[in-house]
Amino acid sequence: MPSGGDRLARALDLHEYQGKELFRRHGIPVSDGLLATSPAEARAAAESIGCPVVVKAQVLIGGRGKAGGIKRAGSTDEAEARASEILGMDIRGHTVTKVWIERASDIAREYYLSLTFDRSAKKPLFMFTTQGGVDIEEVAATSPAALVKLHVDPLEGCHPWHARRLVYQGGVSDASEQKQIAAIAVKLYDAFVCSDAMLCEINPLIVTPEGEVRALDSKFTVDDNALFRHADVAEMRDVAGSDPLEVLAREKGVTYVKLDGEVGVLGNGAGLTMSSVDVVTFVGGRPANFCDLGGGGDAQGVVDALEVITRDAQVRSIFFNIFGGITRCDEVARGILQAVGQMGLEQQIVVRLDGTNAEEGRRILGEAALPNLHAETTMLDGARRAVELAA
Amino acid sequence: MAVLVDTETRLVVQGLTGSEGRFHGLRNRSHGTNVVAGVTPGKGGQDVEGIPVFDTVAAAVSEVGANTAMVFVPAPFATDAMYEAIDAGIETVICITEGVPAHEMLRIHAFIQGHGVRLIGPNCPGVLSPGKANVGIIPAEIFREGSVGLVSRSGTLTYQIGHELTQLGLGNSTIVGIGGDPIVGSSFLEILALFEADPQTEQVVMVGEIGGDEEEKAAAFIEGEMTKPVVAYIAGFTAPPGKTMGHAGAIISGSAGTAQAKKDALEARGIRVGTTPTETAQLVAEIARG
Repeated sequence: MPSGGDRLARALDLHEYQGKELFRRHGIPVSDGLLATSPAEARAAAESIGCPVVVKAQVLIGGRGKAGGIKRAGSTDEAEARASEILGMDIRGHTVTKVWIERASDIAREYYLSLTFDRSAKKPLFMFTTQGGVDIEEVAATSPAALVKLHVDPLEGCHPWHARRLVYQGGVSDASEQKQIAAIAVKLYDAFVCSDAMLCEINPLIVTPEGEVRALDSKFTVDDNALFRHADVAEMRDVAGSDPLEVLAREKGVTYVKLDGEVGVLGNGAGLTMSSVDVVTFVGGRPANFCDLGGGGDAQGVVDALEVITRDAQVRSIFFNIFGGITRCDEVARGILQAVGQMGLEQQIVVRLDGTNAEEGRRILGEAALPNLHAETTMLDGARRAVELAA
Repeated sequence: MAVLVDTETRLVVQGLTGSEGRFHGLRNRSHGTNVVAGVTPGKGGQDVEGIPVFDTVAAAVSEVGANTAMVFVPAPFATDAMYEAIDAGIETVICITEGVPAHEMLRIHAFIQGHGVRLIGPNCPGVLSPGKANVGIIPAEIFREGSVGLVSRSGTLTYQIGHELTQLGLGNSTIVGIGGDPIVGSSFLEILALFEADPQTEQVVMVGEIGGDEEEKAAAFIEGEMTKPVVAYIAGFTAPPGKTMGHAGAIISGSAGTAQAKKDALEARGIRVGTTPTETAQLVAEIARG
């Protein structure tokens, strides 16, 4: 269930400054800038770049500008002052720990250009409009004709005609702009494919009063499954900016998403775990998390997962829903006993085991006869019991 | 009958000499699957408990007549293995491997159009036709032979629903795990079409989940093209909205991708959607009783 509420699109979202670094490597023009983590660093950055600059909060959430996370500074003093206001700011639950100091741009026009992984059409999709700088969903809703959409055949790749179609159909009339934007589109496709991106978005793509076209912002998302061949991008993951429990889970190899309730949910496999969270809600409970043991699920995996789940002080009961395939229920049972013993867990734990070695698993738990361990035979009954025990 | 795998299946396991490939290849054979070959480059001439190993899929096809491939090689090499199988003339390629890069799947999906090959997966539990053949990691013992077709994006959730069906005395023609990745070789509607044409299958259960719009496309297909009843289940109703992938995502898919949007799309076309796996199985049982 990570990114986009979709477990299927596991992806790494990059900060603006990281996306721009990838843009720069592929020859897409961006403004000069430096990263700062303190007001003093921001001042030094402004000095080296030359004022005026823009101080931009680096958070992985939209709406920074409206929240006051982007400020212009005319002098180094001002850059330091703006940075000290923005650093530490909370933007929709994300604390700002880094600011990007960038040379301020004069803007004549704002366009929009993106490449998306269109899973419905199973092709990369270009989108371009001269009505940039605003919410693109609004453009799509209010003036759909102004938004040019163009698929690229993944085997053929991007050709110059794709880029020409974007600029002509998009209504760019200036010849120099046409040329620059077409070149950027081709380079954006390179960046998209070479980085195994799920999204490369430039909004706004600006035209300066001098007629120069540049990427003023970046949204760059990379496929997790391809990070094995992009070590440099994998290193860009912002661990400090993530939920600490989710970081711990990642370290332990457990897929974990925090929710707001009291019933901890642990399953094997994303589909069954999602379904378990749904069923807990359906019987009137509030799930505390989504936690997927994954395909294996040996005893240590269970211990690790319980460690993550029980760090959340709100958790009052835990619903274990295991359908053994590759996962063996006896291993899961041993893991539960090991975790309860090691961590002295006092939460009520409801266990439902089925599939591979389920009888052996139930026997192991039955013999242990722990007061806070409850066995249930069906998924629905297990969820009901866990909800009762959390009340 | 059944679909995709049956008594005609002659299976080659790509990655048979690896620990996972060996374990599941032998498990599939013990279920009655005709496992005719393994492929591991450099290990041609060896055997795994009597199953001959070849260096190439082409050799497995020419020497022992393999017609179906199961890919069990690590993710960085999985699409290469799929292309090799397709080139060797394999009709059905089933990729179990998890973690295949999405861009590679885009390209191979485009490549197979018009090739007459059926690709299932990746990141899937495989295909089981109870009593006939099992290709993949589905625990066959929880299913029995019958007339319900089951197609799912999930692994363990499929086992859960299969188990609930078995408890109600129902069996399956074929269980097809199409895989949980954004781009998979075969989508719901391609498998639904196979079930529609299969004489053994009398009704179908479709197990979907949040993300993408394949369930919505399937809904239109079921209404327009299918005569057999279909019951659906969707996982992920309580999934948090989470962070969005920029603004572009929602515009292109034409669907919000949420469980509710999928349920609404299905119900609008008269397809019943179970609230829990248990209720889903009960809906199937009601239809089976007539």
